[in-house]
Amino acid sequence: MATDQRIAAIDTAAARMRAWEIAAEVPDPEVPVLTIGDLGVLRDVRLMEDGAVEVDITPTYTGCPAMSVFTMDIETALLKAGFPSVRIKTVLSPAWTTDWLSDEAREKLRAYGIAPPAGKASRRALFGDDEVACPRCGSLATEKVSEFGSTACKALWRCTACAEPFDYFKCH
Amino acid sequence: MTSDLFTYTLRLADDAAILGQRLGEWCGHAPTLEEDIGLANVALDHIGQARNLYSYAGEVEGAGRDEDQLCFLRKEREFGNCLLVEQPNGDFAQTIARQLFFSAFMLPFWRKLTGSRDETLAAIAAKAEKEAAYHLRHSGEWTIRLGDGTAESRARMQDAIDLLWPYTGELFEVDGVVERLVADGIAVDPETIRDEWHATLRRVCDDATLTLPPVGWMQSGGRSGRHSESFGHLLSEMQYMQRAYPGMRW
Repeated sequence: MATDQRIAAIDTAAARMRAWEIAAEVPDPEVPVLTIGDLGVLRDVRLMEDGAVEVDITPTYTGCPAMSVFTMDIETALLKAGFPSVRIKTVLSPAWTTDWLSDEAREKLRAYGIAPPAGKASRRALFGDDEVACPRCGSLATEKVSEFGSTACKALWRCTACAEPFDYFKCH
Repeated sequence: MTSDLFTYTLRLADDAAILGQRLGEWCGHAPTLEEDIGLANVALDHIGQARNLYSYAGEVEGAGRDEDQLCFLRKEREFGNCLLVEQPNGDFAQTIARQLFFSAFMLPFWRKLTGSRDETLAAIAAKAEKEAAYHLRHSGEWTIRLGDGTAESRARMQDAIDLLWPYTGELFEVDGVVERLVADGIAVDPETIRDEWHATLRRVCDDATLTLPPVGWMQSGGRSGRHSESFGHLLSEMQYMQRAYPGMRW
C-alpha cells in the first residue's frame, strides 16, 4: 500500500470511530441515563464512498415509539459533528435482548431508580416469576403490579419492604 | 399476479394491525390505569409487528406500495385477517379471551417461523416471539383471575370463551398459499402447533375453573376477505385520515 493510501485508510478508520462514538452517546429519550451504545441498539457504523455515514440500529420492541426519536437524534448529532450526510438503517436480526446490557448500564439503571433485568432472557419461563430486587432498598420482598409499564420495555413493581413503587426493566 | 409470499405476509400483517387497532380502542377506557397502559402496550407491539410485515409485503409485491398504503388504502374484501382479531372488544372478558386464543397460537407460531427459509420473516418472528410471550402471560393471568374470581367474573369469562371459541378454527386453516409455502420451508404448518395451543388453553382454563368448549363447527371467511359486519366500521375509523386526506403524512 502506498503511503497516501495508508494515511487515507487511517483517516477513514478514525472518522468511523468518531462517528461511532458520537452515535453511541445519543441518550434514550425515555430512559435518559442510558445511551444507545449502552442499550446495544447501535449495531454498526460505516463510512460510505459518497462520504455519508451509514448507521445500523436495531429496535428494542417492534412498536417502540422511541425508535423514530433515536433516528432523528443520531442524524442530528452526526450532522452537527460535521458529517455531510447520514443514513439510518433498521436491522431486525439478531433480535435485541436485554442480555446485551453491560454491567455498567445495569448499575446506571439501578442508580436511576429502575430495577435492571434479572437473569438471562434466554432462560425465562413462560409463567415463571422473576425475582426482582427493589432499586431503592435492595429488598427481594417485591411484587409485580402490572406486566406493562410506562414504556414497552418496563413493568410496574412494588416493594413490600420499603413500600416504594418502581419500574422494572423487563428481561427480554 | 400476486405471489404466495405476498399474500401470506399480508395476512400476518392484517392480523397484527387489526388486533392492534381493536386493543387501541381501550385506550382511556380500561377498567384500571395499569390495565389501560397494559392494553395500549400490547396494541403497540401488534402495530409494530404489522409495520414490519406490511413493509416487507410491499417489498415482496414490488409495486411501490408502502406500509401505510397497504394498511390504510385497501378495501374490506382485500383484508385477509382472521375473524377472531376483528371481533369487537365486548366486555373486558371478551377482550381477554380473544387475546388468550390468539397469543396462545402466535407464541408457538412465531417460534416456528424463526426457522423459516425466508430470512426477513424469520427476523420479524424472532422479535415478535418475545412479545407474544408477554401477551400470553398477561391474558392467561387475567383469565385465571376472572375465571377463579367472583360468580359474576366467572360467568362473564366463560361466556367470552364460549362466544369466541368458534373463531379459533380459522387459525388452523390451510389453503393453497399456506400449503405451497410450507412445502418451500417458508410458512408454518398450523397443524404442528395445535397440540401446544390446546395444552396451553387447557392449562389456563383448568386453573381458571373454566370449561373449554369441544371442537365443533367453526366460523370461516376472513382469509378470503369475507368479514364480520363490524369490520367495515373498524376500517372506517382506522383508515379515516388517509381516506379524508389522501397521501397525508405526519
